[in-house]
Amino acid sequence: MALSNEDVREILRIIDTTPLAELRIETEGFSLQVLRQGPAMGDAVSRTPEMQGVRETASPTAGGEPGGGTAAVSIAASADSAAPGSGTPASPGAADTPAGAAPADGLLTVQAPMLGIFYRAESPGQPPFVEVGSRVEPDTTVCIIEVMKMMNSVPAGVSGTIVEVCEENAGLVEYAQPLFRVQPE
Amino acid sequence: MTITRVFVPNRGEIALRIVRACRKLGVESVVGTSDVDRDGVAALSADRAVCLGPGPAADSYLRDDVVVQAALGTGCDAIHPGYGFLSESPQLARRAREHGLVFVGPSPEVIELAGDKVRARREAARAGLAVLAGQEVQSAADAHEVAERIGYPILVKAAGGGGGRGIKLAQSSTRLEELLALAGREASAAFGDDRLYLERFIAAARHVEVQVAADEHDVIELGERDCSVQRRYQKVIEEAPAPSLPESARDALRTAAVTFARAISYRNLGTVEFVLDADSGRFSFLEMNCRIQVEHPVTEALTGCDLVCEQLRIAGGGSLSLSQSQVACEGHAVECRLTAEDAERGFRPSPGTISRFSIPLLPGLRIDTHCAAGTRVPPFYDSLLAKLIGHGADRAQAIGILREALERTEVVGVATNRELLLRVLDHPDFAAGAVTTGWLEETLGALPQAVRQ
Repeated sequence: MALSNEDVREILRIIDTTPLAELRIETEGFSLQVLRQGPAMGDAVSRTPEMQGVRETASPTAGGEPGGGTAAVSIAASADSAAPGSGTPASPGAADTPAGAAPADGLLTVQAPMLGIFYRAESPGQPPFVEVGSRVEPDTTVCIIEVMKMMNSVPAGVSGTIVEVCEENAGLVEYAQPLFRVQPE
Repeated sequence: MTITRVFVPNRGEIALRIVRACRKLGVESVVGTSDVDRDGVAALSADRAVCLGPGPAADSYLRDDVVVQAALGTGCDAIHPGYGFLSESPQLARRAREHGLVFVGPSPEVIELAGDKVRARREAARAGLAVLAGQEVQSAADAHEVAERIGYPILVKAAGGGGGRGIKLAQSSTRLEELLALAGREASAAFGDDRLYLERFIAAARHVEVQVAADEHDVIELGERDCSVQRRYQKVIEEAPAPSLPESARDALRTAAVTFARAISYRNLGTVEFVLDADSGRFSFLEMNCRIQVEHPVTEALTGCDLVCEQLRIAGGGSLSLSQSQVACEGHAVECRLTAEDAERGFRPSPGTISRFSIPLLPGLRIDTHCAAGTRVPPFYDSLLAKLIGHGADRAQAIGILREALERTEVVGVATNRELLLRVLDHPDFAAGAVTTGWLEETLGALPQAVRQ
């Protein structure tokens, strides 16, 4: 037996209309598991760096009311557990997650809101805006990113203590690249 | 000067195409992506990829300041813009030049000239090319007067437009003012330029364009392409050589294209577009495109010339690898654009994740694609999934290769226009040779029923 895309969509439609958090269907040689994720995950994923300047890397809280989150689907043929089957597991937010995101250690990451040159100080010779150990508030400027002579100051966006500076001064940073790690209050 | 590392602020099959051309020439490539494309095959194939910004193109692929900053920051000495996005942006070309980067394309001044359709028409007329009756209009009164003189129906076009955007057809004077206002609003939103002009409408029009290439010494042409199978001014199927065209007309078209390119001191690869009146056989200059075109593979199939390599060579200060007398066109090539559009449901774009993607490998078939099982089709960009190019000894053979390929093509996860492409290839009108630019939409009404049979 093979599930078509249409079948999966139909199953998702059904689960969307019910308060179920999890649905498991098992037939001979086939198992389907549909998990509804809590709103905390959905929130973290949809939070865009240019709005917030930060991304929470802490693990999402469990639970939550149904309907608030997104559903993840994984299909596995139980006869051959190595093969993911015809459906590619959907991973919400995978495209959104910066490379090398920190493990779930409770730290917050300040990401580059744009591609450009990363400057840690107002101008050469000046002390850096922040160092490891500096306390920051959401509106504390932590660095400057230059795009074609336009200097953009980047606020921390969070409260806490800087525990890591991830990039060298005056190097190119990409959009969403982690710049600082912050231990929250 | 020589190019050693090329920045490619683009995505999809064309970014991959440029990365491969760079590799062929022993040049490094860095792809600038949006964050939804960073796992795409173009980004993975390049020597390096950097993320320009978030998914919406206005925040990533269309930021000329970010693109130049990224090119400089990754040690590139050239920018190849591909097609679409910033490919015909004089701002990017100028900014690149100011920072000592080579822009793979003509100078910003030439891009500006070609991008201003009113100026381009004037230059073409001055160079002795036929242009359609038409004129820039400043006011509604002005427009009524011009339209009365030229006659209805008449096209309202944006001076800053191109690629089929910003065009309205006025059937009579009743709706002229309304269409002018609409076109003006669209033009200023899309191109930041609300200037409009009116142009005589050709009822039975074919779209024929000529590929030219120019280095410091010479301008050559690499034959014409017929791109008359269109939907809403967007090309669906292209081919070379143009079918049902007398040799004298073919020669005249090619000569006119070279004349225009010379007249505006064009450098690099370009395409001169003409509208061919299927009734009278007369052709008129439409516009010049300053970029590599989506349909360039049909010309490559016929001439054996790698056009992207030629672009890079010319941009690096080198010469064209061939002279006019060395250009030989062999056989016939047809390209179709497989898109993630649901032809059965009003051509709605169909973003999603492709779970199965299979196009058979056949002799005479070229496939340019960035797609495979697992590829995400984001909602932000155009819906091109793959270009299939059939090359045979004659037109029937080329069409036959494409038919077989499309029949055995499987795409699961997103809806595609595959059935529509097959219907066109099977249609007696298309098999007979030339169709007009209105043909697909006129016959489209009958197509869904035919598909259901």
